[in-house]
Amino acid sequence: MAVELKVNGQVHAVDAEPDTPLLWVLRDVLGLVGTKYGCGVAQCGACTVHIDGVAMRSCVTSLARVGAKAVTTIEGVGAGPVGAKVQQAWTAIDVPQCGYCQAGQIMSATALLTAAPKPTDDEIDAAMNGNICRCATYIRIRKAIKVASGQVEA
Amino acid sequence: MDATFPHSPSRRLFLKTGAAAGGGLLLSFNLPAAGRAEGEATANPFSAFVRIAPDGVVTIAATRPEIGQGIKTSSPMLIAEELDADWSRVRIEQAPIDAKVFGEQSAGGSTSTPDDWTPMRQVGAVGRALLIQAAAQRWKTPAAGLTTEPGFVVDAAGKRRASYGELAQAAAGLAAPDPKTLVLKDPKTYRIIGKPQKQSDTPAIVTGKPLYGIDVRVPGMLYATFLKAPVFAAKVAEVDLAPAKAVKGVRHAFVVDGGTELEGLLGGVVVVGDTWWAARKGRNALEVTWADHPTSAQSSAGFAAQAAALHKQPPHRNVRTVGDVKAALGGAAKVVQAEYSYPFNAHATLEPQNCTASFKDGKVEIWAPAQNPEDGRELVAKTLGIKPDDITLHFTRSGGGFGRRLMNDFMVEAAWISKVVGAPVKLLWTREDDLQHDFYRPAGYHSLTAGLDAKGDLVAWRNHFVSFGEGEKFVRAAGMNATQFPFGAVPNYALDVSVMPLGVPTGWLRAPGNNAYGFVLQGFTDEVAHAAGQDPVAFRRRLLGEPRLIGEPGKGDSFDTGRMRGVLDLVAEKSGWGRKTGKGVGLGVACHYSHRGYVAVVMEVAVADGQVEVRKAWAAVDVGRQIVNPNGAEQQVQGSILDGVGSAMGQQITIENGAATQSNFGDFPMLRFADAPDVEVHFRVTDHDPTGLGEPALPPAPAALVNAIFAATGKRIRSLPIAGQLA
Repeated sequence: MAVELKVNGQVHAVDAEPDTPLLWVLRDVLGLVGTKYGCGVAQCGACTVHIDGVAMRSCVTSLARVGAKAVTTIEGVGAGPVGAKVQQAWTAIDVPQCGYCQAGQIMSATALLTAAPKPTDDEIDAAMNGNICRCATYIRIRKAIKVASGQVEA
Repeated sequence: MDATFPHSPSRRLFLKTGAAAGGGLLLSFNLPAAGRAEGEATANPFSAFVRIAPDGVVTIAATRPEIGQGIKTSSPMLIAEELDADWSRVRIEQAPIDAKVFGEQSAGGSTSTPDDWTPMRQVGAVGRALLIQAAAQRWKTPAAGLTTEPGFVVDAAGKRRASYGELAQAAAGLAAPDPKTLVLKDPKTYRIIGKPQKQSDTPAIVTGKPLYGIDVRVPGMLYATFLKAPVFAAKVAEVDLAPAKAVKGVRHAFVVDGGTELEGLLGGVVVVGDTWWAARKGRNALEVTWADHPTSAQSSAGFAAQAAALHKQPPHRNVRTVGDVKAALGGAAKVVQAEYSYPFNAHATLEPQNCTASFKDGKVEIWAPAQNPEDGRELVAKTLGIKPDDITLHFTRSGGGFGRRLMNDFMVEAAWISKVVGAPVKLLWTREDDLQHDFYRPAGYHSLTAGLDAKGDLVAWRNHFVSFGEGEKFVRAAGMNATQFPFGAVPNYALDVSVMPLGVPTGWLRAPGNNAYGFVLQGFTDEVAHAAGQDPVAFRRRLLGEPRLIGEPGKGDSFDTGRMRGVLDLVAEKSGWGRKTGKGVGLGVACHYSHRGYVAVVMEVAVADGQVEVRKAWAAVDVGRQIVNPNGAEQQVQGSILDGVGSAMGQQITIENGAATQSNFGDFPMLRFADAPDVEVHFRVTDHDPTGLGEPALPPAPAALVNAIFAATGKRIRSLPIAGQLA
């Protein structure tokens, strides 16, 4: 039976089992493949999305748990001022190497800067520690967060 | 990538011109070795390196797989520079796979930059010469009087200029000059090479556009998961497929008998569904009984015990001897002896292995995140019993490679599954599949002995290396080059080898061999320096000696002691080597040559309560006279060093009962954000042809780390990973 799912401001009728993780609904049902699979157990952060503005791991969040809450993915995060700033900073610093984790990194960074517009290094550490970058672009991620929050220049 | 990596010779260019659809210039080339008849059409719509449209937009083909190493940007930079293109009007397209047009399309061994360096610049130079020729004809003036500015041919005397777009059509009708007749630019005039250029895919990455293998979608596509035996190449003994088939959304479940070769299609159970989650749920419902397998008793602990026993025996064979090690050790003022070891390690590309395949009427089309897709063609053809020409390959951007995607097991699996179910299929491995069915960096065990004379000079060096293989043959990526430093710098030297059989798949992990030998050789060198009562940098300087080529110049790798001395001195200066550090804080140094690059690293660590904090790393790097893209180069060096830190700190694959025990990032820890130090990168420019940077900065990092831990604590780490050894 189809349920309604709100993603990036649009309501979709989704035909999927309620225990299906949001990640697979986004990727395989809606074709929004920007959100990535990395571990399936909330260890790597590649699947991070916002649910009512909170950064969540979509690989362990079932469709039933999302319910009527609003989902924002990497495809939609740039519509908000903070997400747009983060994406601009990521481009200005040229953060990615392979780039696979970066959607999740950007979603975590956007949630951080929404809650803490000028985060300290400790706050950045805490917010970003759940997102693995196998290429280890961490140095540039830190810099990009500081650029996006106006603490340093690109 | 050492002798074991299949490395083909550089491209020989025979460029051809042609008209692009809608007007403009196409620059393509024919490889005579490929046997294609002159003028024969290729199957691909864009079989050209360069396309110049009438509006002046220059489209350049990126011919190699992009796995995060930046070649998709840096190789087109080489063409654009000599073409004198306006970089802001250059578009980069991933070339289709067509060896007959593009030659070698692999990514491995840090070979892309040295292999592309001259041919790609020649492609650009031919394009520029054609455009100048077209302008000369238009203006009826000698070509010699004309020059270019980015995107324009300029006649300074006649005060005329014409855009590349205007000239492209006319240039398409001219015969391409022989690249060898063209003089390439003086590097001092470079406008694109040597300037930091952004990676061309960054805007698509940060907005979540489909780029990767996992993002491929084909009409009518189903999703597959493949449960393989925990013991490598074991087969299914018994399984009831009904519980999987009962799961909503599951379309197919079937047993794959599989072969015995670890590189190919192995036994297991496939579940295919409307979504990957449905297939995964179906798989979770299965209970499989696996058949006994001859390797089901092997274990990491067993290998370590065998290695310890072998170290006590005379070696199976001597690979190389210089001088008389036994006599020199007998006469040494001091002998240092130690055992070093490292575990199997996994690649853990963040994008798990995956592949999409569509089999129809005896032909198969494949989309794969692959580093060496052409090798997959043979494997698929052989396994499916079809002709290599009936396979169409596409490669996608890869979410990390690190050598894992030089193997094409995922490709043959996807093709097989598509053939069985008669529909296009995307196969996606779980993270658990990925960690438990990798081609692992082989474990290794080294018994090292060094002799010092009364002056503290190294006079003897023996390494009894216990590895995996049979007879004279090592398993993949397990061999050791006999000329690793300090070969050539010590008068008495021996590399001895003993091997044990292995039933675990092994393969090339970033800086193959060297990622482990750097740790062993530079860790032990540090011990020897301390035993000699010398500063670790000063000891290495003395050992390197006068600038000269050692190793085996002309017969394989040579080692330039002057270049290594250069980066060692530079990193010592930049890191403030020799300065006082506080209690529990230490500096460690290491330098290592691999993949034609010379890299020295210093690390500063603080150790408290058994916890290691890497405070900062400094790297000095010599990869020749020209850094092609300083932006990407910095990324590769920083990433390689942090990769070395992460792997040394906590990563290992432990074999028990014939299978890998680690399953996900909980027990296979990756370096995380808060633990990543800053890495300060310095390049030392020397007058040698440019070489690659995907790998050479990794090998010195683990050694610099353990040497720093020794400086901070007095505790010598001789086996990896470090985790748990300092408590």
